Amino acid sequence: MRHVLLLAAIGLALPSLALADPPPGGIVHVSVPAGTSLREYGYQLYGGNCVMCHGSGVRGVYRPAASDELGPRLRGVGSLAADFYLRTGYMPVRSAHVQPRRSRVLFSDREIRALVAYVASLGPGPAIPQPHPGRGTVAEGLTLFTRHCAGCHQINAEGGYVTGAVAPPLGDSSAVEITEAIRVGPYLMPRFSKRQLSDGEIDSIIRYVQHTKDPEDRGGWSIGHVGPVPEGIVTWLIAMVVLVAICAVIGRRHEA
Amino acid sequence: MKRWLIAAIVLLLGRRPRAAALRRERMVPPGPPDRGAELAVLALLLAATVCGAAFPVVYAVDSIPNQTQFLGLSLGLCLAFLAAASILIAKRLVVTEELEEDYPPPEHPTEQEALGQLVDESGDRFTRRRLIVVGAGAAGTALGVALLTPAASLGPAFHMDPFFRTPWRRGRLLVDEDGHPLLADDVEEETFYTAFPQGADREQLGAPLVVVRLPPAQLDLPSGRRDWAPRGILAYSKICTHAGCAIALYRKPTFPPTEPRPALVCPCHYSTFDPARGGDVIFGPAGRPLPQLPLLVDGSGRLRAAGNFSGAVGPSWWGVRNRSPYA
Repeated sequence: MRHVLLLAAIGLALPSLALADPPPGGIVHVSVPAGTSLREYGYQLYGGNCVMCHGSGVRGVYRPAASDELGPRLRGVGSLAADFYLRTGYMPVRSAHVQPRRSRVLFSDREIRALVAYVASLGPGPAIPQPHPGRGTVAEGLTLFTRHCAGCHQINAEGGYVTGAVAPPLGDSSAVEITEAIRVGPYLMPRFSKRQLSDGEIDSIIRYVQHTKDPEDRGGWSIGHVGPVPEGIVTWLIAMVVLVAICAVIGRRHEA
Repeated sequence: MKRWLIAAIVLLLGRRPRAAALRRERMVPPGPPDRGAELAVLALLLAATVCGAAFPVVYAVDSIPNQTQFLGLSLGLCLAFLAAASILIAKRLVVTEELEEDYPPPEHPTEQEALGQLVDESGDRFTRRRLIVVGAGAAGTALGVALLTPAASLGPAFHMDPFFRTPWRRGRLLVDEDGHPLLADDVEEETFYTAFPQGADREQLGAPLVVVRLPPAQLDLPSGRRDWAPRGILAYSKICTHAGCAIALYRKPTFPPTEPRPALVCPCHYSTFDPARGGDVIFGPAGRPLPQLPLLVDGSGRLRAAGNFSGAVGPSWWGVRNRSPYA
């Protein structure tokens, strides 16, 4: 109860600040005395930066009217989801009505660990995964990526579109972030349970995604890895030169 | 058949030359014949004919590996041989000479005619003109047929059956990619599954399904489909009704109040279907809803089909839209 009251006080005190200068410009860094537990530090940070949308976390969405609902409740999401959203810079998001995008991380590493510890303490949830891409194989990863991921992210993991959202490119994603995203399903992405994709299979997918960052271009030119249209244009340009050359060979200059 | 073919060739090539009496007297002696060049032209025209004729054959035989490459090769070679034959004719068989003369006054028709004949015959170096013409005609015909062949891809003309015959019937078990039966309890929300009919050819247009689960309270299925989604589990044809791509995308909101509603999306042209409303099109070029398959859960919790699709599967062609599928 004391916590809720404290959060309510912070929540009431902050909107002026939050509205005048919304995130990512408006991160509240709190100072805590030495010896404060990580969870307590995270609790204070949560009150300063997250409570406006996510509410107390225990009670669900803080704002009472349904039309004002701004963010999902975090109870039970575990450290996995919190770590993903904070490490990728998805949170804090500028507006609750836009897709969170990868951006500059505004919290320090210690602040992220504190927030993750606090969110994890709200209820039992999945821990931060520990993938081992070294154990996976590129070939299996290609098969799995084609089946589950390439529809949106494209076969070369360079991202794409679904109606209503952008599927981000995966070039900047770490192994842990890829695993977390597969389990969480951020924004409109489906999530995949361990029954659909085992940890071993995710290792292979990560191995494949890492492979796409530095692919072998056996044909010689990569031409941006953007598919057959630019490749066709390049072919045309070469063919044009060849055709003009043939015309020059078989033709005869008119002699006046 | 063989005899007819031989008869046709004999008729075409072996006809006697027209009576000499009908021929005009030559005014210019024929140019020096170039038998080698003529033979080469004939060989090139024959090669072009063979390549052009190969195109419809490669097109029709689906079992040929690397079919696309061979299609391109046959058409490309046909054009290349024709081009080579034309170049050879221009360089070696047509006499090129430039004569400068005063243009005769136009009031003498006989002279005009003679001039025309003069021009005609000046270019004449052919000894087997008829054969060359037949060769060029054959090559041209083969090329024309090759160019017209792809029109067969504009729509199904011969095999309409796959659009209406599906392997689904009441009681058919749904299995996953590895052939394991799909259990109702294993199907979770916020994700999607691909399913196939047990013991049927998966390559059939009507075979693959995309299976999703939604909270039953969110469903707004058309009347008559109230019991098609037991426990909120829905099955739709995985083949887009626009151009026949696989529905490989499922979008689901993490936080429904601020995010778009769940939808099945085709990656080819972004046709977007609403699984909660019987596969209605909510965006994109598709012209009709995604066909839904009624489901039932059997005694051991496995998912089975409860009938056939709500409409014809696969891309839409003339007359396909409004017919019903049969098992």
